[in-house]
Formats: sequence, structure tokens, C-alpha cells
Amino acid sequence: MTGTATPPAESAPVLLEVRNLSAHHGQLPAVRDVSLSLRAGETYAVIGANGAGKSTLLRTLAGLHRPSAGTVRLDGVDVTRLSPERRLQAGIALVPEGRRLFPSLSVHENLLVGTYRARPGPFHLARVHDLFPWMAERRNQKAAALSGGEQQAVALCRALLANPRLLLLDELSLGLAPIIVERIYALLPQLLADGLTVLLVEQDVGQALRVATHLHCLLEGSTTLTGTPDELRQEDLEVAYFGGLHLEPVAPGGAGEEA
Amino acid sequence: MVWVNALIQGILVGGFYALFACGLSLLFGVMGIINLAHGDLAVIAAFVALTLAPAAHVPMVWSFVLVVPLFALGGYVLQRTLLQASLNRSPFTTLLVTFGLSVVIENVLLEVFTSNGQSLNIGTLIADSFNPTTTISVPYLSLVVLVVAVVVLGSLQLFLSRTRTGRMIRAVADDREAAQLSGANYQHLFGIAAAIAFATVALAGLAYGMYTEFSFDAGTANLLFAFEAVVIGGIGSLWGTLVGGIVLGIAQQVGGQINPAYQILAGHLVFLAVLVVRPRGLFGVRAAA
Repeated sequence: MTGTATPPAESAPVLLEVRNLSAHHGQLPAVRDVSLSLRAGETYAVIGANGAGKSTLLRTLAGLHRPSAGTVRLDGVDVTRLSPERRLQAGIALVPEGRRLFPSLSVHENLLVGTYRARPGPFHLARVHDLFPWMAERRNQKAAALSGGEQQAVALCRALLANPRLLLLDELSLGLAPIIVERIYALLPQLLADGLTVLLVEQDVGQALRVATHLHCLLEGSTTLTGTPDELRQEDLEVAYFGGLHLEPVAPGGAGEEA
Repeated sequence: MVWVNALIQGILVGGFYALFACGLSLLFGVMGIINLAHGDLAVIAAFVALTLAPAAHVPMVWSFVLVVPLFALGGYVLQRTLLQASLNRSPFTTLLVTFGLSVVIENVLLEVFTSNGQSLNIGTLIADSFNPTTTISVPYLSLVVLVVAVVVLGSLQLFLSRTRTGRMIRAVADDREAAQLSGANYQHLFGIAAAIAFATVALAGLAYGMYTEFSFDAGTANLLFAFEAVVIGGIGSLWGTLVGGIVLGIAQQVGGQINPAYQILAGHLVFLAVLVVRPRGLFGVRAAA
């Protein structure tokens, strides 16, 4: 079980510091007392089964969900109370679960929305069109008419165009063919080379192990295991992912495949 | 020839309906607000012009210069306060709040302006018309209102499709959270949409006050026509609203030509027929709920 990504130097500065974060859906705790810290240039993967609180964690970091306790600091600045739009300007961009493109807007307009409050940085429309030439050719097509993989690519580019420092990726692979997922994940090294730090959430542990420099497993909202892909043993990972019960790992693309 | 006249009058009155319905369409399309006080807002605009224009020594025809900016500002403020607070609770709360607003407005107008009928005096302009034949008469006022409606709807369409702010308003209407993730301050964008909607309803109110006599409760009856225009045209389509207004106007005029008693009825029948045959409306993107 080795990740192919190179971890950043130990001396790299901490970009995101989450301390004792809890978030609720009504009375129901979704994230319980989670702490994590990301060094600049890292690819940090949060894994966990359905309902483990991964998406709620990312939504809370992006400002869409109000935490019930804890703090979020970006580059030392407390952003816990900032609105999503202010966090974007601070440098946190989320590619939300389910793509969430604007269906009545064209491909090009969806990308333009990404530039609305863009920070200065390496990503601009021409760069996106280089990465995905079809986005230029099909600029006037409605976003709703795109395939799932194409929508995911537009959603990713929309977030990149804001030139974030920290990119949050929520289940990029959800509902997509493996080959498409591979292609999208193949972009990660380029993004890291541009100085981005990535925090991604995946149900597909195999995918997470391939790209991540650091893994963080959630179970029912709580941290059960953290470490680098090299450190983690598969048995521990299975327990951390599924809980104490030793179930057959049957989840699609699930924990067992990586052996 | 009487039918041609009915058709022309229908188009002209349809322009007014479209102007009147435009703000209703926008508030619903962007924020999902069904504004039951929409008609009353138009009546306020007429009363404000009645009071303000003479005080400011502005001829009544030019009263929109005063009233429209005032309404735009009022729309922004009302959206950022009362309407946003009700949206934060639930769509049903919003419906109740606009209903309450309607009741409050009518009673305040009754208290301040009594129940006497009023009209905005634009002098002889009201009677001026263009007469291509002896049976057809096109009042300049109606023609101006139609042109204003087309210009307003066209500019609004351009604003929404071509400008950065307009694009963000559409994005927020599509998916509020996703727009926030791209840096949209949705409350501010809602405020801008409300400002535009209020500005257009002010224009409609002034047109109404110049056309005809109005009193404190004139808003409610007109609200129904605005709703019908929006639903006939299709929710979420501005050009649809224009066509919807014109279809409603023609239906009423043709009905009135058959028998004056059928004028309003004919409009309602066309409205119901559209709902049955094409629930999305003529140009709608989604079904009328």
C-alpha cells in the first residue's frame, strides 16, 4: 500500500488547521471533535463509509455548514465564522458533491461564474481551455446537457478559476466511470505543481491511497485513524473504515481491493 | 375592423400587463418569492407620485424620475430585511409575510389617502391618440407603455444574460450554495433583483395611475392579471411574460368585443386553458406549481 504522491517537506508551513471541529444536522452529530492539519502542498484524503461525515466536514470547512464547536484556521487566520463567499476570497474553494453546476447556464457561463471573485493566480480561462479543449468548443452548450464526467471537469475548473490556495474535493469519483475518474485525478500533480493544497474526500479508498500523502479515516463522524499511506496497515484501515465489525469489504471499489 | 381594433387594443393593454407582471416574474424566478403584495406596491407607486410630483414641481409624466429610484432603493432594503428574514424561515412564511404586507399596505393607504378614487393627471396627453382609420384608435399613452414594457423586458434580458451581475443572479437562482462557493453574496444579489423588480412595479403603478382611476385597494384585482400573464407566458421566461401579457390582453379585448360582460372572463378562460394544455406556460422552463 504505497501512495505515489510525494509528501511535502516536514518544514512546509501549515496551511489549514482544524481543531476539535463538531457539526450537527439538527440534533444529529455528523462530525465529532475532528482535528487535522494540512501542510502546504499536501494531498490530504479523508476517507470513510457513507454517512461518516466526510461531506459535512468539507461543507463546514467551506462555510456552507455552521460548526457547533471548534475552529478552522487558514494560514493562521481564524475563518470559522466567515461566510462561504468570504472563505473563497481567503483561498478555500470547494468542488461540491454532485458537481452542482448551474444547469440553465452554458458551459462557458459556468466557468465565468468561477472567475467572479477570483484571486490572482495561475488559473484563467485560457489555461482551462488548454486542459480541456472541448470546453472551448462546446462553450455555448447548457451545462445540464453534459455527461457526468464532463460536468465534474467543469465543476473542478470552476473552482480552480477562483485560484484557491486550498482546494476541497468532495467525492470526485461519485457516479463516474473509473476511466473518467482516473483522468480527472491525473490532473492532481499539475495542480500541486501550481502550489495548490488539496483536501479530498473519497469513498473509494483505493483511489485515495493512490493520490494522497496523508490519510484520515472517519467513522460516524469521529476520527478513527490517521497516517501516511505507507504507515497504514490494511487490517487497521478496514477496522477504521467499517468499525469494529469485520465485515466482508463489499463496497464498490472498496477497502479490500487494494491488497 | 372591430376585431382588428380588439386585437390592437389587446396588444396595447397586454404591454401594461407584461410591465406589471415582470417584477412578479423576477421575484419568483430568482428568489422563489410569491409576492402577494405586488399589486399593492404598484398602487403605492401611484400614490407616491400623486404626493411627490406636485411637491417637487415635477410634471406628472416625469414622476417616474422620482418614484423609480425610490422604489429600487425600497426594494433592496425590504429584500435585505423583511423578505430575507422570511426566506430564511420557509417559503410558506414568505407567502404569509407578503400577504400580511398586502393587508398592511392597503390599510395604511386607506388611512392616509381615504377611499377616494384618484388619478395621475397628465393633462391632454391622456386623450391624444393616433388614428390610422376611423374605427381604430391607438392612444399614445398605451403605445408608450407597450414600448416601455418591451424596452424594460429586453434590457432586463440583456442584463441577465450579458453582465457579470446578471449572470450571478441567474447562478444564484439555479443553485444558491454553488454560487456562494464561487464567491456570490446571495443576499446582495437578491437585493439587486428585488430593486429591479420594485423599479418595474413602480413603472407599472405609474402607468396604471395615468390610465385610470385608482384607490387604495386597486392592487389586489390587478395582481391576478399579473399572475395570469406570468403563468401563461411560463415561469422563468421574461419574453414569455411579455407574450403572456399580450395573450391575456387580446383574450380580454376579444371577449369584451363578443360581449362586454365577458371581458374578464375570457382572460381567465384562456389562462385556465393554458394551464390545462401546457402547464409549463408557453415559454416556461418549469411547471407552474
